[in-house]
Amino acid sequence: MPTPEDLRWLGRVTWGVDSATLAQYQVLGRDAYLEEQLTSAAKDAPELAAQLVTLPLLGRSAAELLIAARAEQQRINALTDEDDKRRARGEERRAANEAVLQAAQRQLLRNLYSQEPLREQMTWFWMNHFNVFSNKGGVRWALAEFEDHDIRPRALGKFSDLVMATLTSPAMLIYLDNAQSRAGKINENYARELMELHTLGVSEGTSGSHYSQEDVQELARVLTGVGLNATGEAPRIAPKLRALLVSHGVFEFNPARHDFGEKTVLGHRIAGRGFEEVREVIDLLCRQPATARHISKKLARYFVADEPPPSLVDAMTRTFLATDGDLKSVLRVMFHSTEFNEAVRLPEQHAALKLKMPMQFVISSLRMQYDGERITSVRPILGWLNQLGQPMYGRVTPDGYADGEAAWSSPGQWVKRFEVAQAMVHASQVLGVSTASTSSARRDALTRATVATFSAPTKVALAQATNTQERHALMLASPEWMMR
Amino acid sequence: MTDARFSTARRAQLQRALSLLAVSALEGVTSRAWATPQQSTPRLLVVFLRGAYDAANVLVPVGSDFYYEARPTIAIARPQRVLEQGAAIPLVPLQGTGEAVPANAEQSAQWGMHPAWRDSLYPFWMQGQLAVVPFAGTHDMSRSHFETQDSIEAGLAPGAGIEHRSGFLNRLAEVLAGRGQAVAFTDGLPAILAGAQSVPNVSLKGNARAPQSHYMQAVQQMYAGTRHAPLIAQGLDLRTTVAEEARAMQAKDAMHGEMQAASRKAMSAQSFETEARRMASLMRDRFNLGFIDVGGWDTHVNQGAAQGALADKLTGLGNGLSLFAQEMEGEWDNTVVVVLSEFGRTFRENGTRGTDHGHGSAYWVLGGGVRGGRFAGDQISLVPKTLNEGRDWPVLNEYRAMFAGMFRHMYGLSATQLAQVFPGAGARDLGLV
Repeated sequence: MPTPEDLRWLGRVTWGVDSATLAQYQVLGRDAYLEEQLTSAAKDAPELAAQLVTLPLLGRSAAELLIAARAEQQRINALTDEDDKRRARGEERRAANEAVLQAAQRQLLRNLYSQEPLREQMTWFWMNHFNVFSNKGGVRWALAEFEDHDIRPRALGKFSDLVMATLTSPAMLIYLDNAQSRAGKINENYARELMELHTLGVSEGTSGSHYSQEDVQELARVLTGVGLNATGEAPRIAPKLRALLVSHGVFEFNPARHDFGEKTVLGHRIAGRGFEEVREVIDLLCRQPATARHISKKLARYFVADEPPPSLVDAMTRTFLATDGDLKSVLRVMFHSTEFNEAVRLPEQHAALKLKMPMQFVISSLRMQYDGERITSVRPILGWLNQLGQPMYGRVTPDGYADGEAAWSSPGQWVKRFEVAQAMVHASQVLGVSTASTSSARRDALTRATVATFSAPTKVALAQATNTQERHALMLASPEWMMR
Repeated sequence: MTDARFSTARRAQLQRALSLLAVSALEGVTSRAWATPQQSTPRLLVVFLRGAYDAANVLVPVGSDFYYEARPTIAIARPQRVLEQGAAIPLVPLQGTGEAVPANAEQSAQWGMHPAWRDSLYPFWMQGQLAVVPFAGTHDMSRSHFETQDSIEAGLAPGAGIEHRSGFLNRLAEVLAGRGQAVAFTDGLPAILAGAQSVPNVSLKGNARAPQSHYMQAVQQMYAGTRHAPLIAQGLDLRTTVAEEARAMQAKDAMHGEMQAASRKAMSAQSFETEARRMASLMRDRFNLGFIDVGGWDTHVNQGAAQGALADKLTGLGNGLSLFAQEMEGEWDNTVVVVLSEFGRTFRENGTRGTDHGHGSAYWVLGGGVRGGRFAGDQISLVPKTLNEGRDWPVLNEYRAMFAGMFRHMYGLSATQLAQVFPGAGARDLGLV
């Protein structure tokens, strides 16, 4: 029988306990399980891989999709018949939505069934930190690759690697407009968000970040020429600059669009010489203490408490700086800390009960409710996330979804959660759940162990339920289940 | 084209008479958990048309030859005769609005109204209860629906920091303190009402089912004594109230039966008209700060002119607002409705008989106490060189200044309070309220 503490620990480190995860945890023991999660290889287990292979668009790279989309746009624009145009545009839109849907399907299936649940949570965390909005232009085509190729493999690695990967990703370059930015016609959007959101944190805010409007402008100058080329043809560049061209896929650093002057960012002089400046400035930003603190605090807020203990944030910041931003080291320090373990042991006493965000609520609920079964259709999940206000890839602004009870605790949202709890319990058909359930004994044991940790009023309500499904719905709607 | 309709005034008269008979049907609606707003606090309803409605075909620049050159297939025809079918309705400023009204006013009108509003909103103009702010908008020029909507809802200057900001209606609710009772008539909580104040939200579409009571009672039992209990009670009460009001409205309609059938086509549960009536009963009795959005205005292709896609949307919107006004009954005199959109559309039609993303828009302000029948704010004549970037209406009347000017009058807010709602914006009194 797992202890209440084990259940809470797993509830935070993973997307929610299910029997398979619990079994693995019990075999390895907590420390070994944690190490395994921190050093996981970003591989999909065979059954999951088999499910994912049925999503065809995921086999095509962002470059391929963006080049094809651009060519298609041109073809459509050249059509003379209005009805043909309308129809073609509609098809294009449908195809683009399908690309986003398949990306969502892949990540939801991973959230439900991956054996690397910490990596999958961190993938969501970084997708939120480096937010892109699926409905902006070509982001639709670039999203799947952004998540699977740029973010997920680096979710537990070096922070600066993550930043560089997002900087050169078509999704981010489109979303924050840097694809448009060039010498003489600068767009500062990405430069600003790179400082304010991705690395240092808000200037004069709690991370100790200090940067000025001039810093933003100078950073924007460094980033000129960092963009995209979806024409499928090499750009025309003067011979002397050609050696400075950097490209892979549709990512392109085009020296002809770059401002080669000297820049000063955060008091640091950067000699104009091409893409090397970008690497230099990213290293500069990632090594700032403010960045270490900003990221550490966000991680601590996600896993420990809405107001994370300053002592923990300090320790994580020191580790971040000492390891040059090695995220697994920072997480290791966090998970081994007294603060985290006390939060898991006695959350109320440490003001460490966290209201589950919609994604956490839905995934943990499905893992519990359909433990041991296999969900094959994730569309209803997208609908629930929409209703609960956290649509996948659906945050318009670059700050991502807020983490904290204040953002998710409105009257309307509470009622919606209770209704979604009911819907989830009644959803086996729409979720395409395989009816053969081989491990109902294990699921029942897990449910009993979970309910055993609940308060008396909740247990009374559950006991008074008129049928099994109502009891399950009430369990998912309970105050204990809403928190983690 | 249109069926015989009663005038708004007569309908209101009939409604009042009949509502006395319907009192018994309303007995099921009881007082709820929240405080009733004081009678004197004005009601404000913000209606956001998402998708950037084509202002130039709704507030039609009939006096501009350039308009007709720019829109060979989708322009709304200049009226040759008064209330000519299918032509724009000349908008003449009402007498006594402080604007000069020439003798041949109708013929020389510079602006017209889309004919789809002839029976719904045009009467409000004639009664001095509808004003329009041309060239209205925000200085955000991304021309991105989502970015601009978000920016407007936040109510901050463009370029202000975006980290988890609040919406300006939430800050207004905060400043109004006990006087303000805000509600969002939407599925989720919109950005405009996000923030420190806890604001309930409820969608008024659909069949307005009350939440399943046995289950919800059990849920409330589980949360009894927790800090979330009051929020949950508020959320459930609102949903239940909406369901009850919907039933009461159905009963009232059944009693009016024949009379209504003659004057109004059947409204589906999904229509804006239905939502509008439900909104009114909630805003008449329980809330004084409401928000609703209406989508589907992004008319890039085949938008139509006097008839067509845009005209159909306008008909629903106009009818809904007119019904809202009626349902507000005596409170209409103390109510202000502001209809806005994230931006306008390109002045010239595009290659697909539609229009693309533009800049300046036109905002409509209606209410019993509104100083209507007039054009508010700055205007400019529309020629190629006065267009924004050679393509759109300019923005001459910024939305924050406009709202701040209105709020100052409506709520008696001080400069400090206005600055809390719209940091860094100055208030402009456009004489709307």
